[in-house]
Amino acid sequence: MNEHAQKAAEFIRDESRTDWHDEALWFVRTKRDKASHGIPEWEELRELASQVKDNVLSNLDQYLEQFESRAVQNGVHVHWAADAEAHNRIVYSILEKHQVQRLVKSKSMLTEECHLNEYLIERGVEVVDTDLGERIIQLKEEPPSHIVMPAIHLKKEEVGELFHEKLHTKKGATDPKYLTEAARQHLRQKFLAAQAAITGVNFAIAETGGVVVCTNEGNADMGVHLAPVQIHCMGIEKILPRAEHLGIFTRLLARSATGQPITIYTSHYHRPRPDGEMHIVIVDNGRTAQLGREDFRNSLKCIRCGACMNTCPIYRRSGGHSYGSTVPGPIGSILTPGIDLKKYSGLPFASTLCGSCSDVCPVKINIHEQLYRWRQVITQEGHLPPAKRQSMKWAGRVLPSTSWYNFFGKLVSWAIRRFPRPFLYNRFNEWGKERELPQPPRQSFKEWHRQREA
Amino acid sequence: MSRNSILAAIQKNKPAEKPLPAIPSFANGKAAPIDIFTSMVEVGGGQVIRDTNSHNLNTTIKKLFPEAKRIASPLPAVERNVDLDQLPSPGELESVDLAVVRGQIGVAENGAVWVTEENCGHRVLPFITQHLIILLNPSDIVHNMHEAYERIQVDATGFGLFIAGPSKTADIEQSLVIGAQGARSLTVVLEAV
Ligand code: SF4
Repeated sequence: MNEHAQKAAEFIRDESRTDWHDEALWFVRTKRDKASHGIPEWEELRELASQVKDNVLSNLDQYLEQFESRAVQNGVHVHWAADAEAHNRIVYSILEKHQVQRLVKSKSMLTEECHLNEYLIERGVEVVDTDLGERIIQLKEEPPSHIVMPAIHLKKEEVGELFHEKLHTKKGATDPKYLTEAARQHLRQKFLAAQAAITGVNFAIAETGGVVVCTNEGNADMGVHLAPVQIHCMGIEKILPRAEHLGIFTRLLARSATGQPITIYTSHYHRPRPDGEMHIVIVDNGRTAQLGREDFRNSLKCIRCGACMNTCPIYRRSGGHSYGSTVPGPIGSILTPGIDLKKYSGLPFASTLCGSCSDVCPVKINIHEQLYRWRQVITQEGHLPPAKRQSMKWAGRVLPSTSWYNFFGKLVSWAIRRFPRPFLYNRFNEWGKERELPQPPRQSFKEWHRQREA
Repeated sequence: MSRNSILAAIQKNKPAEKPLPAIPSFANGKAAPIDIFTSMVEVGGGQVIRDTNSHNLNTTIKKLFPEAKRIASPLPAVERNVDLDQLPSPGELESVDLAVVRGQIGVAENGAVWVTEENCGHRVLPFITQHLIILLNPSDIVHNMHEAYERIQVDATGFGLFIAGPSKTADIEQSLVIGAQGARSLTVVLEAV
């Protein structure tokens, strides 16, 4: 059994919790539907977004150079990092130069991907995640389970317990309002004390050299405008050609993510404060390799809205942690095999291939087709687990041959009718673990058809 | 060097040139989307007050926030008692109860208002304040984000943003809580024209 299936099996052991998780995500999906239906040109916007991203990928080098030169003109320090290690080193060197001991961060999947927090904490920097969901899981010492709602897997009782222990809230308090207020007070102290602030980047504008960050809590701005040093970390694919393209993407992002018409704060940073310093770190970490994979390069269009997770029947019933990757869900399952094919070889199979992810994706990534394609690659490279490999081998022999097919069809129907349950439902029958085998008909379709023709 | 190797890898791996699409404006031509704007600000958790002029502005503010002790604003017309020009450090603004700033453009489809650092006195003001008022001229309300970006030059200042409501979160069990890390309330005051 692959790792995802194993962890998913653990997750669904608690049935009521699984239902609760499923419904919480579905609730967000329905909010997304409502918000998108309010825009008559929704489908046109998705198509435009996809085309803009196509253009970006086909000119990415020029756009990045343009972005860099504008940003430098704006007085911004621009850094390039080939991989996670280089990214972490660059960030640390900036902090070291300013003798930063206290750092606040807003949400950034990239820094999560690079394991920046661990890197900095090991070197003695206090790192505080300031998005409420991220602060919760940071205090709980867990990775995020969702890219937009990092603590979606936790119940308010668990958050209450955690805050009681770490922030000294009242024992047994579970009111989200009370808990959020406690976090607000706690985080305000951290913002005021911070010597540097790090944010992720939603969009970077080639034409003007600025970056755009979207939040609902205002935590990115509280950090950036209070601390003397601001650092924005971005993957190379975040580029948009011109500011006018933000019109498309800001209309799509929040509606797809949470069903809001726009995030509360959409901040555009172009120059440091007169008394401040601004850095942008541009990171590759496997992205240029993905760009070279024709079948999979579209995954780089992703704007990290999370809609594909909220809609995915597997994600909703297995939880983000079951994926074992920074970005979980359908998009994670097509991004991660490109990083480590063997390690993540189970993920493209964590799908029913229903295609719902592709239907909701605001930039029209053909996610389910890429999942299917990865399965083929994984099979060809020999990374299938033994049981699946064997059954595929058998299927490969039986299905192309009429006589084998007929023979096995009969054999299996006969076996299902005759064999006692323990012979049919055992550890070799993965499929039948939670399902009943279908009752075989007395007559196969072929036989029935032949009879009719005669 | 990372820079050149990244750029070289992109050059090698990028797909064939694809053109940029033209973007239609998607505006429906009908004027006066003030009602839509108002209802969208409410959707975002804020409120809209209409028909305020320079004579009744301060009474309106007092009526809205009778408890506000420390009021900060770069606008001379506002009765204020925090000096934004003489801040020892931006952290001093933590004790501000109410900030009043001018917005440049309102967007009807989502209730967002474009504000730049020049409107704020200090960049952190609209976030760190407990409550926020944005003054807006109703003739500066546009239909959608495309129109808004047509009118804005994003790099005219070092920092600018769209604000679409009070700070909020739904990170604990998806229950909406107003007043996360930023301002606890947003009031958009539309000036009489
Ligand atoms: S793949 Fe599409 S739906 Fe999924 S997170 Fe990315 S942009 Fe959103």
